[in-house]
Amino acid sequence: MDSLRQIFFQECEEQLAELESGLLEIEGGSEDPEIVNAVFRAVHSIKGGAGAFALEDLVRFAHVFETVLDEVRKGRLSTASPVTETLLRAADVLADLVRVARDGGNVNEERIHTAADELAALSGAPIGANAEPEEEVSFEDFGFTPVAMDFPVFDDIAVVDTASVEAEAEPDATTYTITFRPHPSLYTNANEPVVLLRELSRLGDAQIVCDTSTIPTLEELEAEGSYLAWTITLATTHEEDDVRAIFEFVDGDCDLEITTGDLASGNDEPVGVDDDIAALLARVRGEFTDTATESASPAVSDTDIAHAGGSASVDNAAVAAIVVANIEAEAAKPTPEAAKAPAPAKAEKAAGSDAPSTNQTIRVDLDRVDRLMNLVGELVINQAMLSQRLTDAGLARDSEFATGLDEFEQLTHDIQEGVMAIRAQPVKSVFQRMPRLVREVAAITGKKVRLVTEGEDTEVDKTVIERLADPLTHMIRNAIDHGLETPDKRLAAGKREEGLVRLSASHRSGRIVIDIADDGAGINRQRVRAIAEEKGLIQPNAQLTDEEVDNLIFLPGFSTASTVSDISGRGVGMDVVKKSIQALGGRVSITSRPGEGSTFTLSLPLTLAVLYGMVVTVAEQTLVVPLTSIVETLKPKAGDIHGFGGDSRVISMRNNFLPLIDVGRELGYRSQPADPGAGVALLVESDGGAHSALMVDAIQGQRQIVIKSLEENYGRVPGVAAATILGDGRVALILDVDAIVAASRSGASTSETAFALAG
Amino acid sequence: MTKTILTVDDSRTMREMLLLALQEAGFNVLQAEDGMMGLEVLKDRQADVIITDINMPRLDGFGFIEHVRRDSTHRAVPILVLTTESDAEKKSRARSAGATGWIVKPFHPIKLVDAIRRVSA
Repeated sequence: MDSLRQIFFQECEEQLAELESGLLEIEGGSEDPEIVNAVFRAVHSIKGGAGAFALEDLVRFAHVFETVLDEVRKGRLSTASPVTETLLRAADVLADLVRVARDGGNVNEERIHTAADELAALSGAPIGANAEPEEEVSFEDFGFTPVAMDFPVFDDIAVVDTASVEAEAEPDATTYTITFRPHPSLYTNANEPVVLLRELSRLGDAQIVCDTSTIPTLEELEAEGSYLAWTITLATTHEEDDVRAIFEFVDGDCDLEITTGDLASGNDEPVGVDDDIAALLARVRGEFTDTATESASPAVSDTDIAHAGGSASVDNAAVAAIVVANIEAEAAKPTPEAAKAPAPAKAEKAAGSDAPSTNQTIRVDLDRVDRLMNLVGELVINQAMLSQRLTDAGLARDSEFATGLDEFEQLTHDIQEGVMAIRAQPVKSVFQRMPRLVREVAAITGKKVRLVTEGEDTEVDKTVIERLADPLTHMIRNAIDHGLETPDKRLAAGKREEGLVRLSASHRSGRIVIDIADDGAGINRQRVRAIAEEKGLIQPNAQLTDEEVDNLIFLPGFSTASTVSDISGRGVGMDVVKKSIQALGGRVSITSRPGEGSTFTLSLPLTLAVLYGMVVTVAEQTLVVPLTSIVETLKPKAGDIHGFGGDSRVISMRNNFLPLIDVGRELGYRSQPADPGAGVALLVESDGGAHSALMVDAIQGQRQIVIKSLEENYGRVPGVAAATILGDGRVALILDVDAIVAASRSGASTSETAFALAG
Repeated sequence: MTKTILTVDDSRTMREMLLLALQEAGFNVLQAEDGMMGLEVLKDRQADVIITDINMPRLDGFGFIEHVRRDSTHRAVPILVLTTESDAEKKSRARSAGATGWIVKPFHPIKLVDAIRRVSA
């Protein structure tokens, strides 16, 4: 049941996405009926599933929603802009209801009622949605009764059967006389009188008389005609409705008459019909066995019946006659093979083979993919080790081993890419949440916004996608709240009243790049500066380039909104955005032009399982520095290094002074400061965009490494992000650059000074 | 012999529910996501009963039923239509397309098995 629930909610998410994108297309002027249909189906499916889980609020709302969409579908309701807006709002409410049904929590009753009222107003029918909030809308109003799914009840099926069977000998049984004459259409819709008669006989004691009198001669017999009728005398304790219910499916496809009381010649005496049928059967059987190929047998006196029975193209009517006799005799026994219309042999053969795969996708448990990913990681390491061994063994590059290994390396790489592709998903799943956000923020801020998304099919690792949602949400909010001007200001500036926010994704050199661009006023640098000075983030007279000013907004504690707005506020600044992007191994950058708008660019790795790192030596230890945090590397000259109170040192670079962090000492590998002249400085960017220089002894090279979590395998180590296994089998630690920079700051408190110097 | 039921529904939830209910009741189950796929499945498989949704992309339930009824191999297969409400219009449309009967959603597993029994010999 739980897994069904899961599937249901998964599907709800898909349907909601479909619903929203469809509505947006309709809003954009599309008149494709298939889109309207898809939108209708989405709501319809949600309602159907919700009914099975007895999610009443959801069913109710979906029903009202669906009713309106049906009007649209039938062309009775135009999709002018106020209508689509209502529909979009309703889609948001539906999404909320789904979420509440899944995660619990409270629904905003008022919002639901408003949306339901709006919908009801559209469809013109007061479908209960206009009712007062405290008034319960009953499901009967919709002609829809939810039934909670309760699967372990299958044992009850047996009970149901016995219940109907035991009705036989009840003393207060009513006797019904049923005359039943099928029309040809009953047969063409694949209904079977024999099945109906069987069902009838389950209700009680049934005497079934078959009327064969209308069977024509063979010449006149139509293969698809209907020539048999039945009179059933049924003694049962069931109500007439139960009897009629059996004929529910064939209502209109037959002449049916049900009367109470035994109008036939009396149910004690089955009018010698059994004899008739027996005789008929005997003849028919005889025909089958003896003269199946002959059209008629002269030996039979009742020629009409003989023609029917002997016909090679035995039609439904004739077959039914055979089976009726069997019902009385052995109700439990399956009907004769002859009653099966298509060749049973084929059916058997078909049932033996597996279901054909008509679906081009499969759903795989994420754990399995991750396990595979891990194994591939091992494979990559193993391959690297093998290469190393061979190199160590001094084998020639053109030896068979070496070429074989090259192929192995290529294959390993391909497998790795293949597995990464399995985990990759289009960014669509995150992007499609944004239109709703834009609508909401636009409504709160009173701004007019159009969201354009591009590159939705760009793929990236699932984990990256999941962790991208929050920062993106925040940046979009920011773009509307801070970036875009109010409509009157825009008009005054000669721009379109409606602001534009463009969200686009693309692949660039092995990374995914996401742009969030607005066509607003651009960053107000004077104001940013003023705030940064006020908050003590920069010195009042600091000389900063435009770019540096723009980047101030990423500093912790910076917030441009003078009053904490409902939207961008919430105590989350761009520093948090930057931090979460960096945690994904990504970077954020910003470009802004006054009056033209700002663009935030996120650059992220395609996967979190591997990273490109610089392998370095520090105090004879091998460490890895993620390449994403390294801005540049340089060999410092002795003159560039300046002592700065105690052990602190700074390095001068292009007239800037940056704190020089001795990684060896920071990690406790050595107690004495290293000789900076003998080492290499890695210029790194850490939290808040500040640059520092990491002092290492030597660079071994750059390579792709497979990340092995330390926390899972050992425990958390400050200053270390994770570990990896190198080609020579050694374990190397991956530096947590941010943590090291932060530790050195708190330890030596050089940052303030560095900033002052930088000014 | 175990009966084979083909279920045609674009909703995964519904397909899974049908699968669970039908397998519990001892049927073989074939699945299709819409009418087109349903016809595809019937190209090389035989079903004893077909259960189909109405609203589906590509080929809806009505169209699917009409195609099956025109196919000499499958024309005699009972087809049950899934309808969400006891919608009389939908039922009569389904019937004129050739549906044998219907199941009202949300269905109870017992009702489902009951409906199948009421159309298959």
